[in-house]
Amino acid sequence: MTGKSSITLLAILVTGLLGGPVALAGEAVEGTAKADKLQNCVEPTPVMRRRHFEFIEHQRDLTVHQGIRGSKYSLAGCVDCHARRDGEGKPVPVNAEGQFCDQCHDYAAVEIDCFMCHSTVPGGK
Amino acid sequence: MSSANDSGRRDFLKKAALAGTTVTVAPGVLLHTLEAAPRTEPVTDKVRWGMLIDTSKCVDGCKDCVEACDKENGLDLVNKPEGAPDDLWERQRPRWIRQVKLKDNLTGRVTTLPMMCQHCEYPPCVDVCPTGASFKRADGIVMVDRHICIGCRYCMMACPYKARSFIHADVAAKLTHTPRGKGCVESCNFCVHRLDNGQTTTACQDACKHQAIVFGDLKDPNSPVSKALKQYPSVAVRDDLKLNPGVRYTNI
Repeated sequence: MTGKSSITLLAILVTGLLGGPVALAGEAVEGTAKADKLQNCVEPTPVMRRRHFEFIEHQRDLTVHQGIRGSKYSLAGCVDCHARRDGEGKPVPVNAEGQFCDQCHDYAAVEIDCFMCHSTVPGGK
Repeated sequence: MSSANDSGRRDFLKKAALAGTTVTVAPGVLLHTLEAAPRTEPVTDKVRWGMLIDTSKCVDGCKDCVEACDKENGLDLVNKPEGAPDDLWERQRPRWIRQVKLKDNLTGRVTTLPMMCQHCEYPPCVDVCPTGASFKRADGIVMVDRHICIGCRYCMMACPYKARSFIHADVAAKLTHTPRGKGCVESCNFCVHRLDNGQTTTACQDACKHQAIVFGDLKDPNSPVSKALKQYPSVAVRDDLKLNPGVRYTNI
């Protein structure tokens, strides 16, 4: 092997290592959300796509006014399941660019108000 | 009952508690553990949460309850807005428990006490709220539904206890169980997320090493708070307003 070709090989290896599956801190790794390993959400996917906002809007009143926290639908549940992790294992906000909530809401140009107050990463009770 | 029986019973309870279950000790008496299940049924008026604070046990300079409350409810995550003067921030920062110092000018006797939302039976904040955001839950907890709050702050003016805080700026970090955003009013909610998840204590009560705070169900005659209220003379602050607060004080 000539000196030139070995340098090229090394260069390919290095770029492969940096640009490949190695994710930097703050960058979400695909397949690290709990939801990535599941077939569908609490309802079949087409139902969730159409009606997820209705589910959590009704649930919020039940939680705030009646104290029901063990319901099937919950925003905390969405975040817990759909937040991906970065290269260091830290959760990435679900509304960060390109992440679960942002993907569709950005495309549909629908602003999400939930996260003005609610946490965007799992944790707490 | 023999002591052997006693220790057997204690061991059983310990094991049951470790297993993370709810144990029936006697008919109608349940031992809830930290892992108790979240509530699935609506709260009812069969329970009224309340508190008794013994001001003679409350020590001047101790901040344990305030710090525990800040940590539990994410108030320590709210940062001072850039460029805000310190004195303004101290006056306006969100605080669910205020430390109040009273001095009797005749005798010079000083009393310190924690003052939070008194969870009135007839809450003036609820009376004045134009949107219905301020409300009283069936179990007596007075809260703000931030989905409906428009941040007008009438409730802050109406509250005789100065118990409510307003969030003036965007909040970067928040806890899952305590959502918080710019433009809403908030106040003590008796650690409602704990109660709804089956716990029966508040963060301030757990933090108070002087045992000045007793918390529990006012409608249950066997609860520690009901027993303490029966045993010791207590007062409601601003009793003249006839609000029947759920928080009462002794030795003021």
